[in-house]
Amino acid sequence: MEPVAAAEPGPAVLEVKGLVTEFPTRHGPFRAVDDVSFELRAGQTLCVVGESGSGKSVTARSILQIVDTPGRITAGEVLLHRHRTSRGSGEEETIDLARLEPRGQAIRAIRGRDIAMIFQEPMSSLSPVHTIGNQIGEVIRLHESVSKKEARARSIELLRQVEIPTPESAVDRYTFEFSGGMRQRAMIAMSLACNPSVLIADEPTTALDVTTQAEILDLIKRLQVDHGMAVMLITHDMGVVAETADSIVVMRHGKLVERGSVEAIFYAPQHDYTKMLLQAVLDLDRPSERRLARRTVQPIGGPVVEIKGLVKEFDLRHGFMRRKGHILKALDDIDLTLNEGENLGVVGESGSGKTTLGRCLLRVHDPSRGEMLYRAVGGGVADVATASGNGLERIRRDIRMIFQDPFASLNPRMNVAQIIGEPLLVNGVAKGAALRARVAELLDVVGLPASAMERYPHAFSGGQRQRIGIARAIALEPRVIVADEATSALDVSLRTQVLDLLLELQERLGLSFIFISHDISVIRYFCDRVAVMYRGKVVEVGETEEVCTNPQHGYTKALLSAVPHPDPRHRGMLGRHRYEAGR
Amino acid sequence: MASVLDPRLHTDTEVASQWRLMWWSFRRHTLAMVGLVIVLLLYLIGFFAEFVAPFDPQSASAKHVYHPPQMIHFIDSTEEGWRIKPWVQAYTFERDKFTLQTTFKPDEGKRVYLSFLGKGTPYELLGLFPAERRLLVPDEPNERFFLFGADRLGRDMLSRTVFGTRVSMSIGLVGVTLSLLLGVLLGGISGYYGGAVDMVIQRVVEFVLSLPTIPIWLALTASLPATWPPLTRYFAITLILSLVGWTELARVVRGRFLALRSEDFVVAARLDGCSEKRVIFRHMLPSLMSHVIASVTLAIPVMILAETSLSFLGLGLLPPTISWGVLLKEAQNIRSIAQAPWLFVPGAFVLVAVLALNFLGDGLRDAADPYAQERG
Repeated sequence: MEPVAAAEPGPAVLEVKGLVTEFPTRHGPFRAVDDVSFELRAGQTLCVVGESGSGKSVTARSILQIVDTPGRITAGEVLLHRHRTSRGSGEEETIDLARLEPRGQAIRAIRGRDIAMIFQEPMSSLSPVHTIGNQIGEVIRLHESVSKKEARARSIELLRQVEIPTPESAVDRYTFEFSGGMRQRAMIAMSLACNPSVLIADEPTTALDVTTQAEILDLIKRLQVDHGMAVMLITHDMGVVAETADSIVVMRHGKLVERGSVEAIFYAPQHDYTKMLLQAVLDLDRPSERRLARRTVQPIGGPVVEIKGLVKEFDLRHGFMRRKGHILKALDDIDLTLNEGENLGVVGESGSGKTTLGRCLLRVHDPSRGEMLYRAVGGGVADVATASGNGLERIRRDIRMIFQDPFASLNPRMNVAQIIGEPLLVNGVAKGAALRARVAELLDVVGLPASAMERYPHAFSGGQRQRIGIARAIALEPRVIVADEATSALDVSLRTQVLDLLLELQERLGLSFIFISHDISVIRYFCDRVAVMYRGKVVEVGETEEVCTNPQHGYTKALLSAVPHPDPRHRGMLGRHRYEAGR
Repeated sequence: MASVLDPRLHTDTEVASQWRLMWWSFRRHTLAMVGLVIVLLLYLIGFFAEFVAPFDPQSASAKHVYHPPQMIHFIDSTEEGWRIKPWVQAYTFERDKFTLQTTFKPDEGKRVYLSFLGKGTPYELLGLFPAERRLLVPDEPNERFFLFGADRLGRDMLSRTVFGTRVSMSIGLVGVTLSLLLGVLLGGISGYYGGAVDMVIQRVVEFVLSLPTIPIWLALTASLPATWPPLTRYFAITLILSLVGWTELARVVRGRFLALRSEDFVVAARLDGCSEKRVIFRHMLPSLMSHVIASVTLAIPVMILAETSLSFLGLGLLPPTISWGVLLKEAQNIRSIAQAPWLFVPGAFVLVAVLALNFLGDGLRDAADPYAQERG
């Protein structure tokens, strides 16, 4: 509850003034970064917030002159005040990075030494064929003349600093032997190798689970205090901003919308866009009023789907006589019930088996054991786990799926009318003019114009594509929809819109949802009940509010306490609960 | 690394289909464009062989045995001035009385005048449409000219090479069509079903690939009865060539199927209730069409080379069928190198055709993968 500790504002180490980065296109230059100015101060964290396409990553890359070709800086200054850093020699020494040759010696000497960068994807930013120690040692030896032995010792020390267990042996391991969180730690160790005065972190935790995210943010914060670095953190997550920022820059369409201290932005936002962003986040952090209102009118009915003792094993054995590898139990004795007209959330980290659960229910995967009883409208009960042929087809008309990735789930070679019409066509529901009329109707239901029919998926934005996916899912008038991370790929402001659309459809069509997500706030907004999954098991089931406010299981507590709250007065990461059982 | 950081770049109002995107990216590939033009030209020449060739490729002439190539001139300058008119220097034929050695000497005073689209010996285009206009003919019907020289029976090498283009280029195409059918079918089954089926098909592919191809081809073609008519023999040879050619295609198709099988949109199609046939043909195949086309383009030159080698060894196509390989067979001995180096002209055609097809295939493959080649 304590107010944000106002860190001593250090001297400005890096100043960006009127930066413009352009990409030439066939319609003339495209300004990805348009007149952006800000400054980074020693010992402080600047968060750059914006939705996808706001130009925040290009800004970061412009500073280090690593913008993807053919983009280039066309105006502005990026001033590195080296004399104000620990590396300074006392004399005034200011370098304009924007003037340096992108492939030149001068900028290379600065990259990694004065300014280090961490990327979003820890999987692809480390080399798979070199040991961790080799890669860290290389950075050190590139910038400082030290012996191999010394570099190795320094690497071990760095790994220790980023809390990698047994750094003496970890230094000789390869990237693929590390988990995502460990790789990001190694990446941080690498960026810290030369004691940089500025650290740029581009969505460093987006690819990680919440609990890992909390640990990494924690680590960055601690290292920042120890080393007195200026940190520029790029993120789309207002929760992360609230947890870490000292000052904030809000970007939209390449332009700087607003900048100020964390308190100014969160409690007294000036620009409409900032207000909208914050509102979208706050909206999500509580139950949807629409849903609550609806439940009083139409209470939740009896069970539609009952999952009993469901087990899914993946056989990972290989080699001669299958003697290597093991059997992975992705789902371990799952019992769950979905009631009529209910939204059941399934939450868990990557690898917890939540996606496998959804896919088993649609028989994308065949379950190993157990039953999934589906109660049809007439009262007949069918076991989805053993259904085949016509029986399975009928079930698949009633249980439909919305996919996570709006880009991968729509066939790029088919137009929207064909995509939405496909289930109607192959199930013999409609064809010809009737099919087109139905597709137009479905498009209208999901809020897209009928003119969208002739266009191909790549002409639409992420949110629009997800609407197309929803139209396809409801085309056959199903009763149950499994939504697998349906909003994860969308910007915050779009999430509420899509969730509201789903709620509206629920009212109209009497749907029940199984909503799979790693994002607690989305679950809280949308779901009546929630099941928490951990390592293939359901560890806790209950009313969403009950679980969120009074978690019983240790893992649920850890999960909830790791979620960053979009309120800088409630910085809770240091006091968070850790769950270590079974590790 | 993220290739385009800003998705707004993609949300333009302009909509380009996949094929147009492929064309845009292909156009940037200069070598591939050159390849495309040459390949198209070669197929045009092959298709209209009767029209392009100045003479009947089979008409022998004892007076013109090993006639050297003549240079074509376009400007005719005489005492009266000059005009634009194609002509070649006439040669006179001399035989040494003692050694009987034949030599050709330029006949300074005599020019053979040519004209474009003139009337030559009548022919039937593709064996169907009677016609007598040819691309380039001598003004005097009795005269002959040899831009690429003549062979040991005094036949015009240019005409023969043009007809060889028809056979050699088409054998690649026909052979690849057969390979394509086999490759897509077996590769598709292998990739879509996976498991034991995949295992068996892949082992078969490896077995076929491990066979030494030339001896197998030799053995198979040697077993073809020499009495078969040329057309039957032609198809038998394509069949034999594609027996090996399908394996590469099968691998490409399998790989794409494996990758596509787990794509969300394919899962979605299955959940929509599509039958397996519909999933494969309506949803998966269109996505890998571009890759298949690129692989096919790369498979054609292999076929052409194989046919050329077989015919060169005298086991592929046999005269009177004309293919580049059959023509090169004439250039097998030291005498022809010494006396008539122009017999190697078909070899140059093989070289150009294979290179052009390879460049074209490379360009297509790069263009088919727009995301892999952002930097061009």
